[in-house]
Amino acid sequence: MSGPPLAWYLILSAVLFALGVAGFLFRKSIITIFMSIELMLNAVNLSFVAFSYQLKQVNGHVFAFFVMVVAAAEAAVGLAIIVTVFKNRETLNVDEVDSMKY
Amino acid sequence: MNFLDQIWLIPLFPLFGAVVMLLFGSKLDPQPASDVAVAPGVELTHDGHEAAHHHHGHTHEHAHEHVTGHDHHGGGLKTVVSLLCPGMVLLSLIWSAGAVLQLANVPERSHEVIQFTWLAGLPFHMAGGRLATFSADWGFLLDPLSSVMILVVTGIGFLIHVYSTGYMAHDNGYYRFFGYLNLFVFFMLMLVLANNYALMFVGWEGVGLCSYLLIGFYFHKKSAGDAGKKAFVVNRVGDAGFILGMLLMFSVLGTVKFVDVRQILGSGNFRAETAGFGVLSTMALLLFIGATGKSAQIPLYVWLPDAMEGPTPVSALIHAATMVTAGVYMVARSAALYQLTPHTSTIVASVGAFTAILAATIALVQNDIKRVLAYSTVSQLGYMFLALGVGAYWVAIFHLFTHAFFKALLFLGSGSVIHAVSGEQDMRRMGGLKDKIPITHWTMFVAALAIAGIPGFAGFFSKDEILWQAYSSQQGSNALYVVGLLTAGLTAFYMWRLMHMTFYGRSRVAPEIEAHIHESPASMTVPLTLLAIGSVLAGWIGTPRLWGMSGWFRGFEQWLEPSFASAAVEAVKEGAHDASTEGILMGVSIALALIGIGIARYCYHIRPEIPGAIEARCGPIHRTLSNKWYVDEIYDFLFVNGFAKGGGTLLGAFDRNVIDGGVNGAGWFTRFSSSFSIWWDTWIVDGTVRLTSLLVKVSSYPVRIVQTGRVQAYALFVVVGALAFFGYYLAR
Amino acid sequence: MSQYYSTNEAFALTPALTLALFGCWILVFDFLFANSKQKRYFALVVVAGLIFAGVGLYRQQAFLATSGDSSIIAFSGALTIDRFALYFNWVFELATLIVALVSYNYLEIEGEHHGEYYALLLFAQCGMFFLAAGTDLVTLFIGLELMALCFYVMVGFLRGDKRSNEAAIKYLLLGAFSSGFLVYGFSIMYGLAGSTRLTDVAAAIAARPAWDPLVFLAMTTTAVGLLFKISAAPFHMWAPDAYEGAPTTITAYLSVASKAASFAFLLRIFLGPLAPARDAWEPLLAAVAILTMTIGNLAAISQTNIKRLLAYSSISHAGYMLLGLIAGNDTGIQGIAVYVMVYAFMNLGAFLVVIALRRKNIIGDDVDDMAGLMYRSPGYAVLMLIFLLSLAGIPPTAGFLGKYYIFLSLIETHHYLLAVIATLYVAVAIYYYFRIVKTMFVGELTEKAPLATSFGLRVALGITGVLTLAVGVYPEPVLRLAQNSFLR
Repeated sequence: MSGPPLAWYLILSAVLFALGVAGFLFRKSIITIFMSIELMLNAVNLSFVAFSYQLKQVNGHVFAFFVMVVAAAEAAVGLAIIVTVFKNRETLNVDEVDSMKY
Repeated sequence: MNFLDQIWLIPLFPLFGAVVMLLFGSKLDPQPASDVAVAPGVELTHDGHEAAHHHHGHTHEHAHEHVTGHDHHGGGLKTVVSLLCPGMVLLSLIWSAGAVLQLANVPERSHEVIQFTWLAGLPFHMAGGRLATFSADWGFLLDPLSSVMILVVTGIGFLIHVYSTGYMAHDNGYYRFFGYLNLFVFFMLMLVLANNYALMFVGWEGVGLCSYLLIGFYFHKKSAGDAGKKAFVVNRVGDAGFILGMLLMFSVLGTVKFVDVRQILGSGNFRAETAGFGVLSTMALLLFIGATGKSAQIPLYVWLPDAMEGPTPVSALIHAATMVTAGVYMVARSAALYQLTPHTSTIVASVGAFTAILAATIALVQNDIKRVLAYSTVSQLGYMFLALGVGAYWVAIFHLFTHAFFKALLFLGSGSVIHAVSGEQDMRRMGGLKDKIPITHWTMFVAALAIAGIPGFAGFFSKDEILWQAYSSQQGSNALYVVGLLTAGLTAFYMWRLMHMTFYGRSRVAPEIEAHIHESPASMTVPLTLLAIGSVLAGWIGTPRLWGMSGWFRGFEQWLEPSFASAAVEAVKEGAHDASTEGILMGVSIALALIGIGIARYCYHIRPEIPGAIEARCGPIHRTLSNKWYVDEIYDFLFVNGFAKGGGTLLGAFDRNVIDGGVNGAGWFTRFSSSFSIWWDTWIVDGTVRLTSLLVKVSSYPVRIVQTGRVQAYALFVVVGALAFFGYYLAR
Repeated sequence: MSQYYSTNEAFALTPALTLALFGCWILVFDFLFANSKQKRYFALVVVAGLIFAGVGLYRQQAFLATSGDSSIIAFSGALTIDRFALYFNWVFELATLIVALVSYNYLEIEGEHHGEYYALLLFAQCGMFFLAAGTDLVTLFIGLELMALCFYVMVGFLRGDKRSNEAAIKYLLLGAFSSGFLVYGFSIMYGLAGSTRLTDVAAAIAARPAWDPLVFLAMTTTAVGLLFKISAAPFHMWAPDAYEGAPTTITAYLSVASKAASFAFLLRIFLGPLAPARDAWEPLLAAVAILTMTIGNLAAISQTNIKRLLAYSSISHAGYMLLGLIAGNDTGIQGIAVYVMVYAFMNLGAFLVVIALRRKNIIGDDVDDMAGLMYRSPGYAVLMLIFLLSLAGIPPTAGFLGKYYIFLSLIETHHYLLAVIATLYVAVAIYYYFRIVKTMFVGELTEKAPLATSFGLRVALGITGVLTLAVGVYPEPVLRLAQNSFLR
């Protein structure tokens, strides 16, 4: 088999996933946080596709497509909710959306 | 009619009453809801007790004006409630009596009615590895033990219901009160009729709930709310013990059905754990922890005196005659288990004895009439556990039976007194009521003799039997006997102190109340009279063996024989002690009771005339004021100055007679010990309860504080959780 | 496996298709009912959809009973209709029915009565169907997301309400975050097995050593996603906020149906592919369960908002249910099944009473709003008492039954410490449930008028109340159902 070994893909996937998590934890704009989630899902897609390629088998590709579909649907719903949040509060700073606590 | 197969109906009657009252009561109630919400005449700024007095005062003055009880604005409803709720309990009583009579003809004297499988059988691997199938039935068991209990619950319950129709006649929330009361009777009957521990637990929790609701019945009183909370917190500890004990029983014995448990334990596969503290002892101890919660034993007794915030009939029914004896019943029900666990039995007996004497010393100095009775109840329950601990199960049930009569009577009588003096509960503001409320006086007189242990009255037979068993039983000891004996003397003293402060001597009642003093209506005095008759007769079904009366001879023991199989144990024991010992001990306890009564009379009847005479010169205005403190002065005179003086002159002169000095010394000691008990009660026990409650509440905050409301903090916890998982992998 | 039905995918899919079709119907014909009052007919449409879906479920159940097969396998193993799936689907049916019945009046009061709401209810249940019946990672993932997306929208359904928005955005962000973890675990599982079928994954994991790092990675990341969904600590933090902000009907639905579906999912994964790695996850889950009970019970004590209180209480219930999985024997798994069913009635019931308190201008979600309920509306107070007793696990209510089997299984498998901890927390739980009881029965009455409630709400309360008591007193039918349904 040519190309880089599977482990490299998996490490890249893990790094991307970790970056997504870090983005979620530390960015302040809700939109950016949302993009971080997309990054996490794409990391997962990468590992699916890498496995699929390695195993010479199509299931992983299929799963990756489903993940994309779900990500798209989540984006649609998510942006709609973000819009209503913005309408009500006129801010997209995640720290200011904390009226319910304890 | 075959009552035996219809025992499942017995609890359903009061349940029906409760459902009707709670769901439709408010529709029947002609009073607008606002009246219910804010009772008139209650000033919330007063401290709890004061508010209670005011409240009582108002309602009972109303009651007085309408003593005949007909035709009030709520006439129609009141009639319905007054007929329906006691009627339902009466039906239960009839069915119970019928069933018990028929039970006497059943040779093995045990009858089980199983309605259906409640907790269905799952295959289950027991602790030993054996595969068992569990099932807990929705089933009822009538045997001699439960027969005694249902008769007490329905019989006393019925009388108290009738009494309540008079006592609560003009209270707001009349229907609600009876709804709760009927619900209580339902759960109590479930508790005593259940044929397994799981179903018993249904009743166990249910009575706790009703007790809680009824303690807080005067919800506008803060003290009532606090008392309910205290009862609640304390009982949770007990419940945890019960549940754990029950689960342990599941896993060790493979069943929780009474009959099977007894059979398995008696089969010889389990030997008595004399050597060490084994699994059976743990099981028994856990169950006993449950019992201490319900039956107000050390260390969980603190809720009971506070529970007196509830209406007086509730104190009589729930906190004296029935619910608090559930723990005694449960331990007696588990007799087969406790017979195999001598170590736990010793704990039971010691806790019982210690509770008995501790509560009795506290009762010595209480001034609230209901609190005296409350501590007295704790003390008498201690007696019952003492009997259980020394293996005299039938005696415990016997005392439970007689105690139900005279203690219910004492409470109802005190209710009648409180009613008469317009809600006053402080005995320092009573006195001289003997001729004004004669029926109440004479019935309470009987009850006081009964609890003091005067021969011929109910309490004598059962208490004397407990003392004898504590002395003679193999598990008994001289120490237990002496503690029991001292408690008997103290009991006689505090009970007659109560009688003297309430009924005899000079009246210390406020003049404006004095004018209103009246005997209670017939709906209250008739139950009192019936209970007084019971307080005399109830003991005669278990006369001492010593008396050798044929016919009634130990009828109670023989009746309970199938439940405890105690005859064999008894025979061994009787051989070891001769009749003369029993006779001497009986004489000692009677003498002690008489001495206790005598001292009470001396201190509260003969002596008070001296300060009274001095006071007469100060004029009628001052008298009212000083009356309020008069008992404190007696205390100071007798116990503080008296002792110092007595000690000081001891060298020089013998002008104070020996008896006086002895009395004073004993008085000082009891005062000291009860102050200590009260201190212990207030600061250590009460404090612990409060602290637990506070700790639970405070522990809530660290958990809540991390919930900052910020999404990213939440996500951080998710990540931390995931990292912790990885950390576990690395550290493994 | 019968040859005929293995190819008849339609039969297996009937309930899901029915739900989806009725949902679409509502979306399409939303214009028919223009004003808010008329939209209440959509509740009837939902009920009709549930009845048709129920018929489908019933036919599947009847087929299993008559054919003697243990399951109907469709899409070459991606979907398995077994008794486990059917059992959970009955719970979903019940939950959706109750929620649909109480929603119309509630939404009118909130002024947000739209047809989409009813469609979303049906779509969410459709997702739950796949969560309970899916036996392929893809099916389960799609089912989960279908359900979750519907819930994100429903939680934020009160568009003008700040708290509702906030709840929705929090739930959405954290939900998507956690499903990222979940699907990451799935990708590793796929890599290990070369297939997304649960049976293949199980075989692949069983073939690897006990503490294989890849297996552990797959297990933990998947577990994070699953534990998030059932709101187990420390992944529970979305729940109180989402519960508090969501419309109360949705809070009820979220706390019951979503939790039941997530438990079905959790059981499928942990008793399927992850079963061979039990040694690795059992102590982890035990720690999670203890933490969950601790946090749920302790945090509930001092809550003043009743929805938030019930949210923490529902967290603690998740902890008890997890204990059944930790015990892991038949009793424990059946215990979870029983618990899920019983929890559905009692928790829905408790929320229904909270919904009944909602009127124009009165939010009614504070514990003090319950004050003196016994004098206003004794029927509601008594029902609430029954639900709370049941939640506290006091017999003879249904809640006792669930706890009983869980505790039994713990003792049976010698998890004595867990049993003791769980018992002690039951004692703590009684404390805060009784705060509500105390408020209802001995609290100072602030308002006199009896509750005015809709017909649907009364029916729903009747159903839940009767079930809570009846199952507690006579649990035989539910037990039989649960016994047949457990996974082995």
